Amino acid sequence: MGFPGVDFLGLDDMFSDDERAVRDLVRDFVDAEILPIIEDCAYEGRFPRELVPKMAALNLFGSTIAEYGLPGLNNVAYGLIMQELERGDSGLRSFVSVQSSLVMYPIYTYGSKEQKDTFIPALGKGEKIGCFGLTEPDFGSNPGGMRTVAKKDGDSWVLNGAKSWITNGSIADVAVVWAKEGGPDGPVRGFLVERGTPGFSSPEHRMKMSLRASVTSQLVFEDCRIPLSNVLPGVSGLKGPLSCLTQARYGISWGAIGSAMATYHCALDYAKSRKQFRDRPIASHQLVQEKLAFMITEITKAQLLSLRLGRQKDAGKLLPEHVSMAKRNNVWVARECARMAREILGANGIVGEYPVFRHMANIESVFTYEGTHDIHTLVLGQAVTGIPSYNPPQE
Amino acid sequence: MNHVVCIAYVPDTETKIKIGSDGKSIDEADVKWIVSPYDEFALEEAIKAKEAKGGTVTVVTYGPARADVGLRECLARGADEAIRIASEGIADVDSLGVAQMLAGAIKTLKYDVVWLGNKGVGTDAQVMVPMVAEFLDLPHVNLVTKIEWKAGAVTAWREIEGAKEVVECPLPAVIGAQKGLNEPRYASLKGIMAAKKKQIAVKKPAEVGVDAAAMSGDKSPVRWTKLELPPARQAVKLVPADDPAKAAEELLRLLRDEAKVL
Ligand SMILES: Cc1cc2nc3c(=O)[nH]c(=O)nc-3n(C[C@H](O)[C@H](O)[C@H](O)COP(=O)(O)OP(=O)(O)OC[C@H]3O[C@@H](n4cnc5c(N)ncnc54)[C@H](O)[C@@H]3O)c2cc1C
Repeated sequence: MGFPGVDFLGLDDMFSDDERAVRDLVRDFVDAEILPIIEDCAYEGRFPRELVPKMAALNLFGSTIAEYGLPGLNNVAYGLIMQELERGDSGLRSFVSVQSSLVMYPIYTYGSKEQKDTFIPALGKGEKIGCFGLTEPDFGSNPGGMRTVAKKDGDSWVLNGAKSWITNGSIADVAVVWAKEGGPDGPVRGFLVERGTPGFSSPEHRMKMSLRASVTSQLVFEDCRIPLSNVLPGVSGLKGPLSCLTQARYGISWGAIGSAMATYHCALDYAKSRKQFRDRPIASHQLVQEKLAFMITEITKAQLLSLRLGRQKDAGKLLPEHVSMAKRNNVWVARECARMAREILGANGIVGEYPVFRHMANIESVFTYEGTHDIHTLVLGQAVTGIPSYNPPQE
Repeated sequence: MNHVVCIAYVPDTETKIKIGSDGKSIDEADVKWIVSPYDEFALEEAIKAKEAKGGTVTVVTYGPARADVGLRECLARGADEAIRIASEGIADVDSLGVAQMLAGAIKTLKYDVVWLGNKGVGTDAQVMVPMVAEFLDLPHVNLVTKIEWKAGAVTAWREIEGAKEVVECPLPAVIGAQKGLNEPRYASLKGIMAAKKKQIAVKKPAEVGVDAAAMSGDKSPVRWTKLELPPARQAVKLVPADDPAKAAEELLRLLRDEAKVL
């Protein structure tokens, strides 16, 4: 049976016909194309690359862009895509987040006409895969401290340094790399580095226990020469990468709802059919009901939060701290739901015959990347008190 | 070449059907509606032909407002226009009545090929293709699994018992799509956005020349008098396989004497 959705409050009414059509299309795609293979992919640690052309045919990449033959969806429809994809798997959703919000968005927003003409159509069609290199081995929550530098030399930039934990790193045809221009005190700039450039390598992180159907790699630059024209001309400073992250995090707030929907739906089904003690379904026990009540309540609150965010984003009124609230809250909800679902499933909660453990492991990555839960707490703390408790990078 | 594709918006094949309180209709409360899968084959083939040879694709349905969602999905996949003959306020109509409605709407269009699924997955009556053809006074080929276009004609492959039949048919004609004809595409997000700008023409039966009162409710030649669900499935019987020879013997006995399928 196709996924019926989770909609306790009748929120469906708050979406337009085309927003629902977008959601239902991706929902069907996930049911038909992702769910049948994803458990094996995760078990084998394999990214299902064969899905890239199919996702491209649906226009899942760069879907909010209205040029270059892309669909120009609003932000609520984009959010619903992320929700449905992550209902399938956080790794697949990560792929689309990176391709759309972290690669196409900066090239489209800060790139030159030539850069846009070269990369946007190919990325949109899935002919090229992109990645986004900000985090370094020694700089995660504090990207401003990065050590990667790009120095001008004749008609080239010369890049030195290393990035780590980069989604799609080893399979990317083009990397958006954030580095300091000129030296350690220079401004952060974005550079486009293409696969095959001498001095650029991308070894994969091994033994990942989470997001196993997604590729995560290091990017290493050793006197890597790229043409001068490969810098993104439209932005300088940490605002560049941070504005991309705001886009991606907004989508993640929706994606997390999808993950929670998947684990809740599975737990509810299981609780109604699994019988223990006097042949009664475990759903009849109060402790199990308490968990289900918690899940549906938190999912519903998360849905309302992201929907409000989406409408505000479409109206141009969204602030980064709004996104921090939603990323922090909704990923936490997904994490709690995954754990409760895993408890409700008993032994079946630890096997790949059910999606729960995979989601539970996946959400640990989502909890950490795109600003950890605690860092978003500090962003919110600063937003309401006006006092930065740490030294936050400014967008 | 211009194509008209008749679309039925039916309960999802995986919906658990519940019978309504009147005992002769479906309880529609929790039903998820879909474009009938056989109609999807028909639509896909029409869109492929349009892409290869030009022309237009128009989708037509008879049904209530919820069917607009199905028509929009067809527009998102590449249909150009959509017509819904509105069933609001009209009592139940049987297949013959629906065929007249569809034929009435099709007659208002310019077309070379009329497509239908060979059956709807709703009531499975399997009579629409010949009925629509009859009302349009056109030849028809049903259960088609492959198509080749020629000037003014079509060659169609049909599945028959143990063989394939190849028939040639002049156009215009009515074609009934069978599973295997193609692999229907997904809509695309671009298609959904483009469909948003297209209008669905909603028409009353009278506007397509059909007197609904004369064929609906008590006037309908075929009426549903009762709906029954199949008996609940029996518990599974497991044959222990400690001794394979004995197990096979027991299995045979069960199939012959209890299930009576041998
Ligand atoms: C699967 C995966 C994919 C990723 N993909 C990408 C990608 O595509 N591109 C990219 O650039 N990066 C990516 N990342 C990196 C990710 O963004 C970082 O892991 C994240 O920013 C956290 O950095 P860190 O791991 O270095 O942790 P740290 O920054 O070292 O943090 C460790 C702990 O300390 C806490 N902490 C740190 N500073 C403070 C403070 N001031 N006050 C209180 N607590 C604090 C954190 O909250 C956390 O709990 C990915 C990570 C993963 C796991």
